Amino acid sequence: MDRKRTVVATAALLAGALALTACSTNRTETGGASSGSSCDTSKGTLVVGFVAPLSGGLSALGLGMKNSADLAVNQANQACKVPGYKLALQAEDDQATAQIAGQAATKLASDPKVVGVIGTLNSSTAQSVAPILAQKKIVEISPANTNPSLTQGDNPASPSRPNPTYFRVATTDAVQGPFAAQYLVGKAAKKNIAVIDDGKTYGAGLAAAFAAEAQKRGATVVAQEKVGEKDTDFSGVISKIRPLNPDAVYYGGEYPVAGPLSKQLAAAGLNVPLMGGDGIQDETYVSLGGREGDLATSVGAPADQLPSAKAFIDAYSAAGYKEPYSTYGALTYDATNVLISGLTTAVGSGTFSDTTRGALLTAVQDTNLDGASGKVSFDQYGDTTNKVLTIYSVQGGKFAPVESGEFQAS
Amino acid sequence: MLSTFLSQIANGLVLGSLIALIALGYTMVYGIITLINFAHGEIFMVGAYGGLATLTYLMPTFIAQRWYFALPVVLVGGALISVLVAVAMERFAYRPLRNAPRLAPLITALGVSVALQEAVRVFYPGATAAIPFPNLFIEGTWIIPIGDGVPIRYTGILLIVVSLVLAFGLERFIERTRMGRAMRATSQDRDVARLMGVDPDRIIVLTFAIGGALAGVAGVLYGSYLNNINIDMGFQNGIFAFTAAVLGGIGNIRGAVIGGLVIGLVKALGGQYLPGGTAYDYVWIFVVLIIVLVFRPQGFFGETERVRA
Repeated sequence: MDRKRTVVATAALLAGALALTACSTNRTETGGASSGSSCDTSKGTLVVGFVAPLSGGLSALGLGMKNSADLAVNQANQACKVPGYKLALQAEDDQATAQIAGQAATKLASDPKVVGVIGTLNSSTAQSVAPILAQKKIVEISPANTNPSLTQGDNPASPSRPNPTYFRVATTDAVQGPFAAQYLVGKAAKKNIAVIDDGKTYGAGLAAAFAAEAQKRGATVVAQEKVGEKDTDFSGVISKIRPLNPDAVYYGGEYPVAGPLSKQLAAAGLNVPLMGGDGIQDETYVSLGGREGDLATSVGAPADQLPSAKAFIDAYSAAGYKEPYSTYGALTYDATNVLISGLTTAVGSGTFSDTTRGALLTAVQDTNLDGASGKVSFDQYGDTTNKVLTIYSVQGGKFAPVESGEFQAS
Repeated sequence: MLSTFLSQIANGLVLGSLIALIALGYTMVYGIITLINFAHGEIFMVGAYGGLATLTYLMPTFIAQRWYFALPVVLVGGALISVLVAVAMERFAYRPLRNAPRLAPLITALGVSVALQEAVRVFYPGATAAIPFPNLFIEGTWIIPIGDGVPIRYTGILLIVVSLVLAFGLERFIERTRMGRAMRATSQDRDVARLMGVDPDRIIVLTFAIGGALAGVAGVLYGSYLNNINIDMGFQNGIFAFTAAVLGGIGNIRGAVIGGLVIGLVKALGGQYLPGGTAYDYVWIFVVLIIVLVFRPQGFFGETERVRA
């Protein structure tokens, strides 16, 4: 008797736990509740898909993106941007994993109401999402992918666009890595640099672009090492590079690794600045161990210093989201608005159907918009024409902008 | 480069001691009920979160600011949470399946592992991402003056010392006490042990409790050493600990410790000197495991010593 009951109890417990798992991975939320407007929505609802990590190590970035996209969708609903339709945001959690992102993309692509997808955060997830959406002619606009191959293919010598429906409002690592080298070797005068990356699409690409430009500018790359994306103890790598006396470390990857790495560098007596890309430019980096004087590049100019982003920041804080808009907030807001204004042009006073997708694609390609992050338009590969980047440095526990500019070839 | 070599030895010893501490729990549970408790890595993770909760929510700042007060309290807090979870896990997940086919508890263990990870993710505030964990010991690094200097953090030294002391104490406990004798008896033959007046249920609970306490201590020391914890930490370190237990001869206390240290040293030295560098350091761990198992399928201490926990 007793035995039987316990078995049942255990089964119930496990089933409950599994249900919890299911909840936390398949969270979907539709657009905000603020439907106080009086638009004509007689033609139904159109869905703006969204894919980014909403849980796990990178959720600080992903949630800021989700809120910013949500803000743009709510504003469009209030302003009756797409006549006859109500827009809804459907956010999918990709857990920064390519395979899960692919599932999310397939799910969105199977819904005829999905007009376009905003995301992803990681270049590695975009590699599985973009082809799935391209097959169904669904527009994808990424606010954060920076790996060059997504728009220009694997051979930089003869670029060809692999995903015709893929766009991004973030500039690429082909510019970001060299821009970091320009600063670190030039202004900061570091000549012996150790380069570490996490072996993912984004990190390895960024580190390679950085190392090539740093060498071109006369610095010595004393070591090129890889660490695991889930590693937490970097003592092995640090002991290896310590005798080489680097005066700076460049890391290609994201803050969950970069923060502890920076702390452990100092703990091992290697008190040199760590520099990284937009993947480490988040406040979590500092709380996980990032030190004063560490450097990061990020795409675009800092939102809180751009006059064009003031309206976005005000609206964001007025909307009362729990999480900060983070690094990609303004870019996500712009990406969503690009999609919505494309939709306005493509749908006009008609209805949205599969045949409208071609017109939407053309409208997005021809975008010319004054966004929060600056002017937004795309070149023939779907890359943004806005190539401004910013150097940040940790000061007083926060990333503070040092200078903005464009990369100048040496 | 002597100092580089010694640095990597130090790194290996710190990681190895941590893995050994977790491996003890694997090996004890296997020794007593021949169950590979895949959820044991999660007990380690829960211990770290339990320790952090003790520090954040239960401790007056007066105590929290002084490591010699805070460290013991947090260690006890983390260990206590781990023991509770481990005992509850045994009672509700494994005991009902004690006489079921061996595959059933194994799959249950995997289920418990996922359930615990998700429970922490959902219920611990901020646990969806890595959270910072304070240093609970002397801040800083001791640079041993050999060659260019061999840096080792004080928290790393603490990890090595605590791990070895606990492993030694555990072996003493199993060899020298009445309880230990009852544990050995239960592991050899549960039914005969029962005839001799040993209550196997109590002994099994005790085994889970001891393994849980060691894992909880390991969790807190890990957090204090690396200064951040996340819900995945139990998985990766659990796999290494399981490998260490198999390498040393599963069921054997001394084997678990030696296995852990070997894994730590192989990872550190392999990343330094073998081709592929640190990108391949995990590969060498499993290469060593395969080579050892080819020649000694029972692990280092597997058969020569029948005394099991």
